[in-house]
Amino acid sequence: MSHPRPFAITLDPGSSLHNHTGTWRTQRPVYLNRLPPCNNACPAGENIQQWLYHAEEGHYEQAFHALIRDNPFPAIHGRVCYHPCEDACNRGQLDQPVSIHAVERFLGDEAIKQGWLPPAPAPASGKRVLIVGAGPSGLSAAYHLAMLGHKVVIYEAGPLPGGMMRFGIPKYRLPRDILDAEIGRLATLGVTIELNRPVADVAHDMAAGGFDACFLAIGAQLSKRTEIPCRDAGKMLDAVSFLRAVESGQEPVRLGRRVAIYGGGNTAMDAARTARRLGAEETLIIYRRDREHMAALEFEADEALQEGVVIRWLRTIKQMDDSSLTVEEMELDKDGWPQPTGRLEKLEADTLILALGQKPDSGFLAKVPGLQFDKEGVLKVDANLMTGYPGLFAGGDMVPGQRSVTIAVGHGKKAARHLDAYLRQTRYCPPPKPELASFGHLNTWYYSDAERSRQPVLDLLRRTSSFSEIHAGLSADTALFEARRCLSCGNCFECDNCYGVCPDNAVIKKGPGNRYEFNYDFCKGCGLCAQECPCGAIAMENEKI
Amino acid sequence: MLKQIEGSQAMAAAIAMCRPEVISCYPITPQTHIVEALSAMTKRGELGSCQFINVESEFAALSVLIGASATGARSYTATSSQGLLFMAEAVYNAAGLGLPIVMTIGNRALGAPINIWNDHSDSMSMRDAGWIQLHAESNQEAVDLHLQAFRLAEELSCPVMVCVDGFILTHAYERVDLPTQEQVDAYLPPYDPVQVLDPAEPVSIGAMVGPEAFAEVRYLAHHKQLRALELLPRLAEEFAHGFGRSSGGLLSEYRTADAETIVIALGSVNGTIKDTVDELRDTGMAIGAVKLCSFRPFPLAAVRAALQKAKRVIVIEKDLAVGLGGIVASNVRMALRGLPVAVHTVIAGLGGRAITKVSLRRVFTEVHAQSESFAEPHFLDLNWQVVEKELARQAEQRRAGPTAENVLRQVNAIGTRVH
Amino acid sequence: MSNTRVKFYQTGTFTVGNRLLDDSDRTVQSRPERTNSLNSGHRACQGCGEALGARYAIDAAMRAANNQLVAVNATGCLEVFSTPYPETSWQIPWLHSLFGNAPAVASGVAAALRAKGKKDTKVIAQGGDGGTVDIGFGCLSGMFERNDDVLYICYDNEAYMNTGVQRSGSTPAAAHTATTQAVGSQPGNPFGTGKSIPLIAMAHGIPYVATASVADLHDLEAKVTKAMGVTGARYVHVHVPCPLGWGCDPSYTLKVARLAVESGLFPLFEAEYGEVVARTPIRRLIKVDEYLKLQRRFQHLFGEPGQPAVIAAIQAQAERNIKRFGLVEKGEAK
Repeated sequence: MSHPRPFAITLDPGSSLHNHTGTWRTQRPVYLNRLPPCNNACPAGENIQQWLYHAEEGHYEQAFHALIRDNPFPAIHGRVCYHPCEDACNRGQLDQPVSIHAVERFLGDEAIKQGWLPPAPAPASGKRVLIVGAGPSGLSAAYHLAMLGHKVVIYEAGPLPGGMMRFGIPKYRLPRDILDAEIGRLATLGVTIELNRPVADVAHDMAAGGFDACFLAIGAQLSKRTEIPCRDAGKMLDAVSFLRAVESGQEPVRLGRRVAIYGGGNTAMDAARTARRLGAEETLIIYRRDREHMAALEFEADEALQEGVVIRWLRTIKQMDDSSLTVEEMELDKDGWPQPTGRLEKLEADTLILALGQKPDSGFLAKVPGLQFDKEGVLKVDANLMTGYPGLFAGGDMVPGQRSVTIAVGHGKKAARHLDAYLRQTRYCPPPKPELASFGHLNTWYYSDAERSRQPVLDLLRRTSSFSEIHAGLSADTALFEARRCLSCGNCFECDNCYGVCPDNAVIKKGPGNRYEFNYDFCKGCGLCAQECPCGAIAMENEKI
Repeated sequence: MLKQIEGSQAMAAAIAMCRPEVISCYPITPQTHIVEALSAMTKRGELGSCQFINVESEFAALSVLIGASATGARSYTATSSQGLLFMAEAVYNAAGLGLPIVMTIGNRALGAPINIWNDHSDSMSMRDAGWIQLHAESNQEAVDLHLQAFRLAEELSCPVMVCVDGFILTHAYERVDLPTQEQVDAYLPPYDPVQVLDPAEPVSIGAMVGPEAFAEVRYLAHHKQLRALELLPRLAEEFAHGFGRSSGGLLSEYRTADAETIVIALGSVNGTIKDTVDELRDTGMAIGAVKLCSFRPFPLAAVRAALQKAKRVIVIEKDLAVGLGGIVASNVRMALRGLPVAVHTVIAGLGGRAITKVSLRRVFTEVHAQSESFAEPHFLDLNWQVVEKELARQAEQRRAGPTAENVLRQVNAIGTRVH
Repeated sequence: MSNTRVKFYQTGTFTVGNRLLDDSDRTVQSRPERTNSLNSGHRACQGCGEALGARYAIDAAMRAANNQLVAVNATGCLEVFSTPYPETSWQIPWLHSLFGNAPAVASGVAAALRAKGKKDTKVIAQGGDGGTVDIGFGCLSGMFERNDDVLYICYDNEAYMNTGVQRSGSTPAAAHTATTQAVGSQPGNPFGTGKSIPLIAMAHGIPYVATASVADLHDLEAKVTKAMGVTGARYVHVHVPCPLGWGCDPSYTLKVARLAVESGLFPLFEAEYGEVVARTPIRRLIKVDEYLKLQRRFQHLFGEPGQPAVIAAIQAQAERNIKRFGLVEKGEAK
């Protein structure tokens, strides 16, 4: 019963597809990946957005594997990293940043619980690499070099691996079973750690061990000192030794009843809070500048204060007696440096712990030709973390720059890459960084409102009377929720917005995991897709006319 | 079956037998009895699943049918005069889309001034819209033409107007031979649309057509009506076989064989004309009449053939092309182009004024006698006194007041005075 | 949030789709098998809100009707840009008759389907504000009064856009159009009494009336789907920005529509048999200025000296809507 259509008045479907409206365009949309600010801020170079993407789906093992491609220690970092990623997190401009560290910790803890291991490393290269120091930098380098197929041996001077993670950071922040579990994973990659094995002559040990290259990561384990006249030398100790002694369970230093800590950095906070837990009746931090200028992170000071630590700002110590300190009040000048006022006071204290900064114990390297040090013994390295001696790389607290576990871990990865290139006689050129996915690129309307999750915190009484971990981790549900707060800045998460808002049906949906493609035959270049992309993964480019 | 029945009722009965599926209704004198009858029939369930829709205007009435017809339903409505104008946009639209809608026009004068009585000004206003226009002479023919109209419309995919003189036919009680359902079913098969809205086979109907194709579309519409010139006589012949009487066709001739003077007209006035022709024939005048049934398409060849042997033709028409004169007469002149036949235009019956045998006889006699003083066009029975007085008054006073009121006052119809 | 299943979905009900969502919670537009009732190749301007709104509404209706749908379209932008001979971008059975008769034509289609016993085929009539609010008003009212089984969808871009941006009964106060230009002592469209067809539809007591915006896809689809499940006369009024006529960047079409809703100027609500039964609350309340200043048709209200009294009057309109429909939930006034 089908008749021929009346001419021109009646048209068959599909006839508009001959009209390629793409010829109207003066600009075209392109899909791109922009650099999420969290990735950009992470000293360890983690692809945070990527592992959060997997975590959002509940694919925790996949998330774990994405994470450890860059950083082998999620359970540790979720506890000790100062999370510059969260400071940079765009969500912070919307409501509160994503609690990235909490999700990272959840993944790390889950991996330990489930026994997940890194994938098989690359085929053996036949090269051997020596690493001096089993702190975060050395362990990270070991991990990456082992994954690249090299045989790695670590010489650690101390009785246990971990460096500052074990001997600097207190247990209440990083439980030792977690630390041991994550370090223990390296053994599955064939990494050997020789404990109680200090290095006095690097060149000799390298030759003797048949090593083709070496990475130095001895940290900064010497305390800086200052001249304070003191009657009884036994009542004054340095924070590094103090914390190491507490850790190794040696005969604990006899702490007095009133412990003073001199310094304003994180180590000072750690020392004070440890002293508190060891039973000091009073714990007092003395710092020559004020809160605004202190080196310690805000939360460290806050937690210390909560635990009853008292802080005396703007004081320097002139003299120490049996049971008291003489301090001078300071004033900050216009540049923020403390100047003496001449006003003195006495503070009751019978123990003084100095936390005035640290420097590397790098004297043994003096005989290595080509190396350059600053006056504190910090070893200079080039942009590839190589020292002046070919094949000798260094990183962590012993090289110039800021100091943290994460930065050290980042050095380990970077050095491993360049060291690997050195061994293969090639160059490692990091790929160019894409444009930053700043807040202005986002369309935040589309994100559901959600407040940041809070981790449960141990009550104060238990905190101050034990070394139990203060912060608990997130449950699986909450971790999932938190991961889903991620805005996926600059990276498509398949929300279908572009596919849906195109008035010309010019976006092709390729299927789950395969994102989208523009149909440039019909795209008129209106820019709605770019405007409505929540995460800023579409840019408009001018057409060449 | 023979019945003494009001014209509207007879038409309604016939339309009902055509098995319409959607009927829309908006009331306007003098067609309303038709749709009222159909409404009662639908409500009593006599029309099966037919949907009767009371709409809010004539524009809606025809629009509803456009939708219904495009969906493949046999569709019908009726209107007159102002109503036809109100749906004018839709009238052109239905023809342009090629939808086989059948509509009865109860011919009535167009205002202003408002007038409810019969003339042909309404259907004439839509003569170029692309609808086929058929005029009925009697209520019998009115019944028969509706059957033929559905058949014609659906075969051509072209809408058809069946024009019946308001009051004269619609409200007259006459003897009509109503067909049976079987006869109608045999003559009119179910509607098989050329295009239809169907989810199984989607199409877009009603595209915008620009200069590159518009002329071709219009030519095809014109060609469709030219095809009707062949189809109409065939359908009339088929009708004659099935129903046993002559009805419709392009035109029919009455005593024209040896006529010197032939009268031609549309609609019911043909009855009066034939009576007058008979009277004059009795006096020995060689006069005949042609009843024109199809006004659109205008049957140029058939009219020429019927009139070419006459010396003179008198066109009686119930309409006026203001500023020009006769509409039917102009069309007739076109048919007789090149022939030495004199065509006389007689404008008669405007606004329902009765056309009497006496007046017709006077006109026919004058024309037959080739009186040179016969005006062109001739306004039958016009009261020249009233007109001249009004023209003089208008010349005197600039602000002359409403023409219609003044005329009425002059004929003493109203008592008010205009200052 | 339950203990066992996390219900939070990052983008939840705001984006078109979401890889984390259950299939049943996804929009029609997110599906690769969506009908694309209005397909590529049409001649709408870049960023046309009406093209988008039409595809949204008709795709949702097609899914609800199991692809048994017929659409009748009034003359206007949508009709002209979608069917210029020889191209049509409609994938569904579609009829265009005249400017003012879409509701009546659709009533006829519905009647024919009823006569033929085709109960499953549904009818939609659609038109712009011109064809609905002005020239089609009579036919629309007739359709409502008879309760014909038709869903009428009006795409309101607030002027006769197809003919070059002339004022319609839906043009908001103070807007510049070609026939209410921003010149003279009272620039732009005068403050009339307004003509809310949704409220007029409610006065007819028809079974379902809703307002929707092209900026809120989930809401629009839910309303069209709900309407398709109701028999009788139904009316959905969709707010669709016209970048050309409103004078905003084509990429801002959805942003502007969103701001209209968030300011209260375009309230989202549903009504049944003449009573308001639901409203979509404003998520982030804003002042009308934020909405107006993105559009060149209102630019004469800003600058030195501007028309602050006019802006205040428009703000008052928005606040009346907020109050009347309860658009801001208690304790949320920002």
